[in-house]
Amino acid sequence: MIERKDVEHVARLTRLALTEAELERMREQLNSILAHLDTLRAVDTEGVEPTSHAVDVVNVMREDEVEPCFPQDEMLANAPDRSGELFRVPRIIEE
Amino acid sequence: MHRPIHELTDAYRRGGLTPTAVAEAYLARIDALDGRVGAYLTVVREQALAAARESELRWRAGKPLGPLDGVPVALKDVLCTRGVRTTCGSKMLEAFVPPYDATVVARLRAAGAVILGKTNMDEFAMGSSTEHSAFHPTRNPWDLARVPGGSSGGSAAAVAGGLAAGSFGSDTGGSIRQPAAFCGVVGMKPTYGRVSRYGLVALASSLDQIGPFAQDVRDAALLLGVVAGHDRRDATSIAAPVPDYIAELPKGVAGLTLGLPDEYFIDGMDPDVERAVRAAIEVLKGLGARVERVSLPTTKHSLAAYYLILPAEASSNLARYDGVKFGLRVPGRDLVEMESRTRAAGFGAEVKRRIMLGTYALSAGYYDAYYGKAQSVRTLVRREFAAAFARVDLIVAPTTPNVAFKHGEKEDPLSMYLNDVFTIPGNLSGIPGVSVPCGFSGAGLPIGLQVLGRPLDEARVLRAAYAYEQATPWRSRRPELTA
Repeated sequence: MIERKDVEHVARLTRLALTEAELERMREQLNSILAHLDTLRAVDTEGVEPTSHAVDVVNVMREDEVEPCFPQDEMLANAPDRSGELFRVPRIIEE
Repeated sequence: MHRPIHELTDAYRRGGLTPTAVAEAYLARIDALDGRVGAYLTVVREQALAAARESELRWRAGKPLGPLDGVPVALKDVLCTRGVRTTCGSKMLEAFVPPYDATVVARLRAAGAVILGKTNMDEFAMGSSTEHSAFHPTRNPWDLARVPGGSSGGSAAAVAGGLAAGSFGSDTGGSIRQPAAFCGVVGMKPTYGRVSRYGLVALASSLDQIGPFAQDVRDAALLLGVVAGHDRRDATSIAAPVPDYIAELPKGVAGLTLGLPDEYFIDGMDPDVERAVRAAIEVLKGLGARVERVSLPTTKHSLAAYYLILPAEASSNLARYDGVKFGLRVPGRDLVEMESRTRAAGFGAEVKRRIMLGTYALSAGYYDAYYGKAQSVRTLVRREFAAAFARVDLIVAPTTPNVAFKHGEKEDPLSMYLNDVFTIPGNLSGIPGVSVPCGFSGAGLPIGLQVLGRPLDEARVLRAAYAYEQATPWRSRRPELTA
């Protein structure tokens, strides 16, 4: 069972500012979904390698060639806040 | 005017129709009817007309770019379009204008296709009903009180309702095949890696695949042929030649062995669906196919494995929406508060739920029990398909256990997830699958037959679907939509 403190912890990890009501509803729904997902425990997977990918392609290599990249202005055009050629964010490091 | 793509281009060639007239007719129909259907989020009228005029000049000069030149198509709003906003059905990306085209979009433009606009979807492709778009729900053209399925519900409804000649969507757990079944159109999920995912906004990167919606199987083959093939911008795209899907269509099913999985006929499924699918299998037998029972026992665990793998990958993919480089930002005193407020305001309830679930499943102490276990179950699903395909050429099954449900009918997340029980195994194993209309329920709602094939065997999947379609009358029935 997921407890309230687990939900709060995961909400912090995921950077979701959830309301009191959302946290409680999330706890109930996650428990109900996980109860169903727990049915997987019944499957015997002893010695079964995990599949992370449906296609057996590994380490696709190509020549390291210099190519044109996107113009800086186009990349910054969607920025919520910018300062000249930079993305601007709220303060991260305390003075 | 709403007729299959291959008929449209025949008319362009003969001069009976022009791309401009056809684009204008579709745009007029969208104006008249889409207020009721809600298939589109964005319509790009001027761009569409400009593209149609250019196409017209090419046809007039006898030099069309190919079999899609001048054909009006719609794109799920999860495919990046240069200069045209791409929202993913989310407030988070309401104002996002991509600086580039997805590879699929670039290939469609290079083929002369006329892009009409961007279609509605469940937010970030999480859903099975297109009720969970942040903007508006989409309605099923066969019955406006019902959902079109999802998450590519807008693309399916556009083709069913005559609001586009063809369209594209993405399928992570059934998001093309399920809405195709609900809307009575053809929808195909190609092999994972067959179509480049470059410029597809990521949901679950090991499962996502782009594919077409079409009025008939020939159009689906045509649309797939234009977008399929290796792309060096997607390291997971497969470097295998693309066959001429159209040329393969008429080869029929005589001599093919079809597998019928016991596990795809379950308690609680709509008896009309079971009847229609079993009748379809009789039709295929009548066309010369052999039918054998096959067993895919891990099918019943696929849903649980999927709902661990998908949220885990999605929680990681959606971490990029942090209010810094693009998308919504809600101000905060510091970076963490800004990010947390942005994500709380930008994401809807289902997206938050899956991010939370995925993060929990990946978190310390739970990784092996949940994500690791789910990936081992995924291996079992792949092995069972491989064993079945050693004996049979194709697998035939229902696309969904039920027909389209009513808006608001499935409030509980789990009951919504159950819609995808027959489509999810195809994504877990990466194999190609198509949904082709195979009849109607007593209430007149479409039913889909699913044909699954070996990896990269789209040609045979389409060939069986085509043989079935040509032997049955379903595609002649259209929903009656009036303004």
